[in-house]
Amino acid sequence: MSQAKLTLKQALAGLEAGEFSLSEIYKDVNKAVQTDNSQLNIYLTLNEKAEVEAANLGNLPLKGLPIAVKDNFLTKNLRTTAASTVLDEFVPPFESTATAKLKAAGGVVLGKTNLDAWAHGSSTETSQYGRTLNPRHPDYLPGGSSGGSAAAVAADFCIAALGTETAGSIRQPAAWCGVVGLKPTYGRVSRYGIVPMASSTDSPGTLTKTVEDSAILLNYLAGHDKKDSTTGPQPVPDFTQALNTDISGLKIGYLYHDLEGLEIVNPVIEEQLKVLEKLGVKVEKASAMDPKHAISVYTIVQRGEVSSNLARFDGIRYGNDRSFFGDEAKRRIMLGTYTLSKGYADQYYNTAQKVRTLFLQDFERLFATYDVLISATSPNYAKKIGATEGTAMFGELEDMLLEPSSISGLPGINIPCYHDQKTNLFLGMNIVGPMWEEARVIAVAAAFEKNTPWNSWRNAS
Amino acid sequence: MSNKISTAQVKHIAALANIPITESEEAQLAAAFSETLATVSELMSVKVEGVEPTHQVTGLQNVWREDEVDQKSMLTQEEALANAKNTHQGYFVVERIIDES
Repeated sequence: MSQAKLTLKQALAGLEAGEFSLSEIYKDVNKAVQTDNSQLNIYLTLNEKAEVEAANLGNLPLKGLPIAVKDNFLTKNLRTTAASTVLDEFVPPFESTATAKLKAAGGVVLGKTNLDAWAHGSSTETSQYGRTLNPRHPDYLPGGSSGGSAAAVAADFCIAALGTETAGSIRQPAAWCGVVGLKPTYGRVSRYGIVPMASSTDSPGTLTKTVEDSAILLNYLAGHDKKDSTTGPQPVPDFTQALNTDISGLKIGYLYHDLEGLEIVNPVIEEQLKVLEKLGVKVEKASAMDPKHAISVYTIVQRGEVSSNLARFDGIRYGNDRSFFGDEAKRRIMLGTYTLSKGYADQYYNTAQKVRTLFLQDFERLFATYDVLISATSPNYAKKIGATEGTAMFGELEDMLLEPSSISGLPGINIPCYHDQKTNLFLGMNIVGPMWEEARVIAVAAAFEKNTPWNSWRNAS
Repeated sequence: MSNKISTAQVKHIAALANIPITESEEAQLAAAFSETLATVSELMSVKVEGVEPTHQVTGLQNVWREDEVDQKSMLTQEEALANAKNTHQGYFVVERIIDES
């Protein structure tokens, strides 16, 4: 077996036991990248010094293993573009907190992965460096915006990856690529040094081969950061403790069971929920606020925050001038400028923030009854390349099932819950918990993963 | 209120946002904005009377830090200028924005 196919846990255990060496892992990962990156377009920039940096990290917890990082995390002295030619030659003079913590734990940034430009989208098709292809089937999209990181995991171009989610950008590409995607609670992982999109919902997180790997990585990323005052003071538990929690007796609310357009995915979710029932979990159909309102709230709030956040790209201190923005960024900046302008802010922005309150209250009501909430992650399988052309609202419709929890700041995880053997594509299940309860989400996801055949690494043929 | 955006409005918004656009883009953007605003206008059907807006979800208030300079997170002049396209004697060069007339 190629050592590139190792999960993070397997790689750490094998290195510890001396079953293989770090250089064997790098050799196999580099081989996979050299063979297929030109076709799949996953890495925008490779860290040529990765293996040298890794050499002396054996005593640190992550032992120098190669990690893929979405190209919107600033990495000191390593080009960072946010997949926009505005930042074509930008070499950051400082490091994001998340990648600094990753490195301090012994992780090595192998390369920077493609995304929708500025993380605006759900397909990687708005990247100004070309779309990424889905490694499971190259006629299909990987999803987005963390599509490059999800694809890097699926293609074994890394041992694990970092991504960011504002509304679906970790969980949706994870679903489309058949990997695990964990979006922590807003404020759990620092946003410092990440190219900002919508500051009130941006959440850095992980894309990994297994639930266990996501728990291991989150342990090193989480925690208060004095450079990001929106990070919470809550203590950080050892998330790996949740992996073997007995979940019997938990109560799960099944959401969006009656929503139109989910005729393919919902029967699969219902079948898979029986697995959890056999583990002693009580599953009930639950009613939630219509997610179409979340699309509207998110669209208005996100465009507004984008217009403000992207005002800094003036081409004076770094980067190219504003004529380099792609079509999607132009649309979002300008629409946000409009909806925040005098006379319209009350109609759009303030109404959206009030409806956001109603979503928070709705989740509070649901969590009074249920321990976690489960729904489909994406309405369908990965879409074919070119699917975004001619639609102004592509991402919002694809992320509809995730936007309510995103605008509410809640933690959620995507896990593969079905594999179509004809197309080699996956469907995903989304598990959401209350604020700061990643451990509960991880516990349910780990139990599901252990008792089903859908994870392609745990169940490698 | 109408959700229809005119090309004149697009031109005005582009100027406010400092985004250079071409004439052919004006019509495309006007159509895209009208489509998106029509979609999100469904929000007006939600009853929000008496509901407080949520601007952030953590509930944190007045997060302070010591008023101290952190030398480690300061850039040198060379680092600060390294990514600029146009510098002059250790300064960023900017376009003139004050009209002398």
